[in-house]
Amino acid sequence: MSQEERRRALPGHSDFTLPAAAAPKAVNGRRPVPRAGRRTQAADAPVPDAPTSDAPAPEPEQPADVVDVWDQRIAGALAFLRRRLAGAYEIDDFGFDPELTDSVFYPMLRVLYRDWFRTEVYGIENVPDTGGGLLVGNHSGTLALDAVMLSVALRDRHPQDRYLRLLGADLVFRMPMLSELARKAGATVACHPDAERLMSAGELVGVFPEGFKGIGKRYADRYKLQRFGRGGFVSAALRTGTPIIPVAIVGAEEVYPMLADLKPLARLLGVPYFPVTPTFPWLGPLGLVPLPSKWLIQFCPPIPTAHLTEFADDPMVVYNLSDQVRETIQATLHTLLEKRPDPFGP
Amino acid sequence: MVTGVSRFLGARVAARLAADPRIERVIGLDPNEPPAGLAGLLDDVELIRADARAASGAIADLGAEAMVHLAVTSAPDPHAGGRAAMKEQNVIGTMQLIAAAQAAPKLRKLVIRSSTAAYGASFKDPAVFTEETEPRAVPRGSFARDILDIEGYVRGFRRRRPGVDATVLRFAPFLSSTADTTLTRYFSQPLVPTVWGRDARLQFVHVDDALEILHRSVIEDHPGTFNVAGAGVLSLSQAVRRAGRISVPLLEGTLSSVAAVARTVGIGQIGLDQIDLFVHGRVVDTTRLVREFGFTPRTTAEAFEDFMQGHRAGSTLTADRLAAAEQAILDGIRRVRAAAEQTADTAVGGDRS
Repeated sequence: MSQEERRRALPGHSDFTLPAAAAPKAVNGRRPVPRAGRRTQAADAPVPDAPTSDAPAPEPEQPADVVDVWDQRIAGALAFLRRRLAGAYEIDDFGFDPELTDSVFYPMLRVLYRDWFRTEVYGIENVPDTGGGLLVGNHSGTLALDAVMLSVALRDRHPQDRYLRLLGADLVFRMPMLSELARKAGATVACHPDAERLMSAGELVGVFPEGFKGIGKRYADRYKLQRFGRGGFVSAALRTGTPIIPVAIVGAEEVYPMLADLKPLARLLGVPYFPVTPTFPWLGPLGLVPLPSKWLIQFCPPIPTAHLTEFADDPMVVYNLSDQVRETIQATLHTLLEKRPDPFGP
Repeated sequence: MVTGVSRFLGARVAARLAADPRIERVIGLDPNEPPAGLAGLLDDVELIRADARAASGAIADLGAEAMVHLAVTSAPDPHAGGRAAMKEQNVIGTMQLIAAAQAAPKLRKLVIRSSTAAYGASFKDPAVFTEETEPRAVPRGSFARDILDIEGYVRGFRRRRPGVDATVLRFAPFLSSTADTTLTRYFSQPLVPTVWGRDARLQFVHVDDALEILHRSVIEDHPGTFNVAGAGVLSLSQAVRRAGRISVPLLEGTLSSVAAVARTVGIGQIGLDQIDLFVHGRVVDTTRLVREFGFTPRTTAEAFEDFMQGHRAGSTLTADRLAAAEQAILDGIRRVRAAAEQTADTAVGGDRS
């Protein structure tokens, strides 16, 4: 359950055991100002409850309301469970399972996105409401958390609640379990046919051209964009005439600051790098808890490509466009970093 | 002329073609006598019992105009010589048949049964294969390797006889309520072994649609290679759940060895072909088929539903039972909550009084 839902559920609980009603008010008072504002508008119930905490007058109508909510919730959860067990859901050609993504993956990721990383999103209006788009971002943070956070941001903040279809390295699809989670969440292998198929179908495609060079870089090199490869993402966008939307993500660099890379061990395990962070090999699985940095995501104005379709195979055009995207992201990163002087600030 | 008429698909195609008034004469070619169950279908078909080598002479003599090659085995049959016989039939048989076809002057059309296994299995594969996709890695399964060889021979044939329309039909696995294949047997087990951590995307084609496509490719002219599959995708876990079976995830290595032991003992026929399919999945683009043939096969989900109709027995977790369980749990929770509320009410009432 998300924080928001829990808050909404609170009056029900407090009604059930009357003396506990005072507790949420005390917590509310200690919260910072913007949070308090959001909360009062989200849950009106505690406010009328406050002056009449000992009066039994609102009781008859409130329990009825609460019972309904819980009944619906249980019925909904059971129906969801039944649908999953009976296989009564749809997946698309790429293995994307919207029902599972919306009801299991996103609620869990949203906790990270909102409460742990306190993500702020700018320029969401630059993402088109309909039709395809290629979102090109900077990659960082040892584990590719920035990609999933970007998809949560789009689903949460975009007026049309759009899904992001990520393109992942084939290493991801080589691993059992992870490969299926990625496919169910809408990702697919980064290759031309898949990218072009998704874009022609009018999907938003997310790509991180730095790849492992980006997420596997040291903390000392943070927010320095790595090489963009051969610009394959540009030619895919050109071939389908899809606009390119550069995206700058600040905050992912600090979640797992990579101090060193144990290359021989990485080679042994068959992975591109083996990170040493202040917490990782030392604390074991606890080292996988990301540090709570402050995240900012900026969507830049789209670069139209529809007029360049015939230049998809022209290396000069592709390279220049790829460079333009890279420069845009790098410049946006600098302005975002100025907005956020303290990586772990509020 | 139809090859492989002693088998499920071949017999049905031959019967269908024989029933079509536009076709003068249908000759069935097969090294084996058709089984009793299929013999009834083949009343109007002239049967010639010959293996591919002997057939090459027959083909030239008969002056066949169209040849449908369906004598392709998808799994080794331990009772009929195992893998060696399978390769003999698939690869050597096709080679000799195509050599004979090359020498047949009147031949206008060659229809070859292929499979979507022709796309191989690699982790770098795109999610959806079009007819142009080249296999990135040689597959491990014997059937898939045979298919690659067969397609190679057809490529050579096209080069040498450009006047003959060669149609290669890459079929997704067949399903129907009556068909009996490795996959239908697999899904009919009460406990279905799967690969741990993998949930392959599968596509199926209904046998009736496959027959329709084969029929049309003989009657009409559709040179080229076509993917034949039902639109839509079922994941393996989803298919197992829809079939009301219970999946048993095993590590890939364990599954391979278990399957190998089962094969030698003679139960089950899961081979590397199936394991490759369950690890990588296979989804194809059928846009070209629908455009050229003007025919849309049943979707994968519908084909699977029809298969389910014939295999109800042995399912444990059916949708009805699940719905009943859901209702029971919901009612139970409602009752418990109502009871709890009542006691809470009386407790509050007691406080007030």
